[in-house]
Amino acid sequence: MIRINCPYCGERDHSEFSYGGDATINYPSLDASEKEWTEAIFFRKNIKGFQFETWHHSNGCRMWLVVERSTVTHEIKSVKPCHPDLQKVVENNK
Amino acid sequence: MKTRRLDNYGKINRDKILSFRWDKKNYKGFEGDTLASALLANNIGIVGRSFKYHRPRGIFSSGVEESGALVTIGSKDRRDPNVRATTQELYNGLEASGQNAFPNVNFDLAGINNYLGRFFAAGFYYKTFMGIPPLEWGKGTAIWMFFEKFIRKAAGMGSASGLPDPDTYEHAHDFCDLIVVGSGPAGVAAALEAAEKKLDVILVEQDSLIGGNQLAENDFDNSQIKNQLENLGIKIMTRTTAFGLYDNCVVGLLERVTDHISAPNVNIPRQRFWTIRAKHIIVGAGAIERHISFNNNDIPGVMTVNASKHYLNRYGVLTGKRIVIATNNDSVYETAHQLSEAGANVTVLDSRTNFEIETNKSFEIRKGYVPYNINGSKKIDSLDISKSEIINKFETINCDQVLLSGGWSPAVHLLSHRGVKPKWDYNNACFLPSDTKENITMVGSSRGLWNKNDCIASGIAGTTDALNRLGISKTNYFFPKPGGWKNPIQPLYEVKYKKSRSKSFVDYQHDVTTDDVRLAHREGFISVEHLKRYTTLGMANDQGKMGNIIGLSLMAELLNKEIPEVGTTVFRPPYTPVSIGALSGRNVGKHFRPLRVTPMHQWNIDHGAKMIEVGLYQRPWYYPKENETLSDSYIREASTVRKTVGICDVTSLGKIAIQGPDSTEFLNRIYSNGFSKLQVGKARYGIMLRDDGIVMDDGTSWRLAENEYFMTTSTGEAAKVMSWLEELLQTRWTDLNVNVTSVSEQWAGVSVAGPKSREVLNNCVDDSLVVTNNNLPFMGVTSTFLKGNIPCRIARISFSGELAFEVYVKSDFANTMMDLLWANAKKYDGCLYGLEALGALRVEKGHVTAAELDGRVTIDDAGLSKMASTKKSYIGSAMRKRGVLKNNDREILVGFFPTNLKETFNAGTIVCEKNNIKGQGIGRITSVTYSPELGHWIGLGFVKGGLDKWKDTNLIGADPVRNKQMNLKVVSPHMIDPKGERMYA
Ligand SMILES: [Zn+2]
Repeated sequence: MIRINCPYCGERDHSEFSYGGDATINYPSLDASEKEWTEAIFFRKNIKGFQFETWHHSNGCRMWLVVERSTVTHEIKSVKPCHPDLQKVVENNK
Repeated sequence: MKTRRLDNYGKINRDKILSFRWDKKNYKGFEGDTLASALLANNIGIVGRSFKYHRPRGIFSSGVEESGALVTIGSKDRRDPNVRATTQELYNGLEASGQNAFPNVNFDLAGINNYLGRFFAAGFYYKTFMGIPPLEWGKGTAIWMFFEKFIRKAAGMGSASGLPDPDTYEHAHDFCDLIVVGSGPAGVAAALEAAEKKLDVILVEQDSLIGGNQLAENDFDNSQIKNQLENLGIKIMTRTTAFGLYDNCVVGLLERVTDHISAPNVNIPRQRFWTIRAKHIIVGAGAIERHISFNNNDIPGVMTVNASKHYLNRYGVLTGKRIVIATNNDSVYETAHQLSEAGANVTVLDSRTNFEIETNKSFEIRKGYVPYNINGSKKIDSLDISKSEIINKFETINCDQVLLSGGWSPAVHLLSHRGVKPKWDYNNACFLPSDTKENITMVGSSRGLWNKNDCIASGIAGTTDALNRLGISKTNYFFPKPGGWKNPIQPLYEVKYKKSRSKSFVDYQHDVTTDDVRLAHREGFISVEHLKRYTTLGMANDQGKMGNIIGLSLMAELLNKEIPEVGTTVFRPPYTPVSIGALSGRNVGKHFRPLRVTPMHQWNIDHGAKMIEVGLYQRPWYYPKENETLSDSYIREASTVRKTVGICDVTSLGKIAIQGPDSTEFLNRIYSNGFSKLQVGKARYGIMLRDDGIVMDDGTSWRLAENEYFMTTSTGEAAKVMSWLEELLQTRWTDLNVNVTSVSEQWAGVSVAGPKSREVLNNCVDDSLVVTNNNLPFMGVTSTFLKGNIPCRIARISFSGELAFEVYVKSDFANTMMDLLWANAKKYDGCLYGLEALGALRVEKGHVTAAELDGRVTIDDAGLSKMASTKKSYIGSAMRKRGVLKNNDREILVGFFPTNLKETFNAGTIVCEKNNIKGQGIGRITSVTYSPELGHWIGLGFVKGGLDKWKDTNLIGADPVRNKQMNLKVVSPHMIDPKGERMYA
């Protein structure tokens, strides 16, 4: 079982969370072209090793988190809020 | 073989006599016995028949690796098949029977399979199903398909009862600093050391007693150890198997709570499924003694040496009279000595020629000898032995038991669950655990240590390792070197039989012989994983605990490679079988999944509602009067709504509060239609698309104030929409000042629909002016009070196509609201209506729901192009016209009538052109209902090209599942009141 250290709730089982997706995607603006959107939503890297991914603490604090996880070992290196302002708050409170 | 109980041996409680039944006969045993030891004490040698050949099988071991004594325990709904008699504790009244035999294990009709062996060789089933003419029969597969069902029946192991499991099971959770698996000398030393260093420790032992393999020693007493452990506050869990290791130091345990009790308290679960979250794991799971492959090495009376020691010293059972021990290592000599002291005549065949062993000469040692062939069928008559240098029959020894020790395999299974590959150790002829970066440390004989002192030292070192890794200490430590015998082991896996058709078993339970491994090699199945699947080696209950290494060594020899080059199969959880009941725990029957009810659930039932499950929700389905059927009822309800008024609980819709200065901008981005100009006090129907341009959900949003909206979603997509909005706000549009809150549980909602709905509401609100057509026009919203000063929100929204309102109150007021509305609706001959009538009304009106919006449909497909704004960009706008979504032969929403209006049809019907009834046709019907308004069956669905293309064509509705076919007419989906005059009334 993957255990995710939620910055708000502490370490919890992954069953409390829902997997989101690739956290490194920069979604284009809404008026961007079909091509840009196609690249953003259909093309994914297949990373062996650490990747940044979003997880939603859906059965917890409802926050979306960026989790740096190894696809090989499930080791988790870091967990941060997705929202940049909240990242700062969490950093400052460390 | 003559097995018997000795007076002065064993740690069983002879004051407590237990009676039990084996194959319908009564026997006696003692408290502390396992079923296996009790059977042996009663001189029962044959306890099962083998899987393919139905050969008589006895008890091979004294533990979890057992692959012979698999029996069925209990009867009727408590029948439990494939239980290892070696680990089943005896209790008073235990009922057990042998498996895989008819009429019984002593006389089994299918024993003839033994002589048909060549038809059951490795890959037999594969060849059969691949259609290759099997062997010299020459004919194809058909004949084998005919026989297959008989073969399957003949080859089955014990069968499940087929009845609901009467026992309860429990899921439990715990956490600790350190979990120690195994209570042998290493595990105990580790646990004690850790507890002294103030770690919170759980010690897990699969046996009923702690001690590990020390329980086989004649002078072992675990009471002092137990006291020590308890005094240090260590949680000891016996009868508990660590069946799997998972990510982040999570350990799965199965605790057998009542499997050893004759009449367990019904309030106690039979088994507990534990999830332990630890910071470090120490595995001292021990090692398993291997057998040796040679001809007829499965005759009842064959056993591992260590098992015999267990039976002697723990259970007081001497397993043979004239015993031959065959070995290649030092571990057997203490046992040989003890067996001969106990009165057996013992001969040791040691394959090694050059070694020194101190003995008291109470038994004979034949240096350089190996077992060659056992004579006998249901019992051992004698053993042919051979010199190990030149394998051939050499001499015959009369004996009734053959004990085997082909070396020891450390139990590396748990580490293997973590994907850590073991490494082969040539000196000790076994796989040893490799190091891992994870917080797991292997100790004791599971890291190849054969001496007790080394095991203890490794336990302490293991805990030091744990403390270092946890950052508690920084202490140097070292593990003793693997091994520990005076003389080196000499690898011995197989003694080759010189005649053809040998029955040298590698895997006892699945009847995999050395010939099968060679056959697999000849046929090209040389990878370990292929070998395993082709021969089923290691796929039985014991998962190859005894036989895997032998199989590997044979393949290595065939390939002219070393064992590590051949590889090792990956062990996967569970270490020993886990019952399905334990996996499901309490999540059975009504507790299979959570149940959601609306706050007026009881009110609905009290007023005659029959309920239906929608997702997790219970919703009113229909409200039958007297003898009404479902269709009587929903047709009456739907007609009443069209005629006067109806009331329907719509609380299950998702409800989201959207607040903040950027709320309007937010809604404008997520909905496909414009929201920027929605006035305060108005609601709007909206459609959300996914990023890829497909429809995600539809619903309404009500503008309650400048910066506050109340959103409703469909019942099914409520959770998904909520997560989606949170994702957008937290990951993409982090500059928007918007807060979203799920208020689904906080508000109870009801739809009041029908021409008389305004009158009803009029009577229910404090200020009747608020619901006039002027003050509350179509899509108008108001926050007001129901009579009795109950705050409420009302929107004039229609799903039925009638003049209709949705009324929401705080959940606590739900019943009051229902009482009030219902009292007034009755005055107008109104009704309560359920989901079935709601469905009928919306199909008549051509409104889509989840049946239509199935994740493949675009906004244009759903006939809602007008809802796609061209004046703004929104989620999905860039993608909704991409590639195939532009095709003009896409399936478009339409209505369907049966050409013959007396006919019916079902959802799921495939729409086809008249002379082309096949495949996926040109469309499908997604929702159907009887239309009370039109007086016949109608449907909603999709057809390629839509209404324009097919409106004058007779199409065919094909329903192959129900064997139906009917003529269809395509009509507009808006089957009644297409201009919406009723809604605007
Ligand atoms: Zn959280």
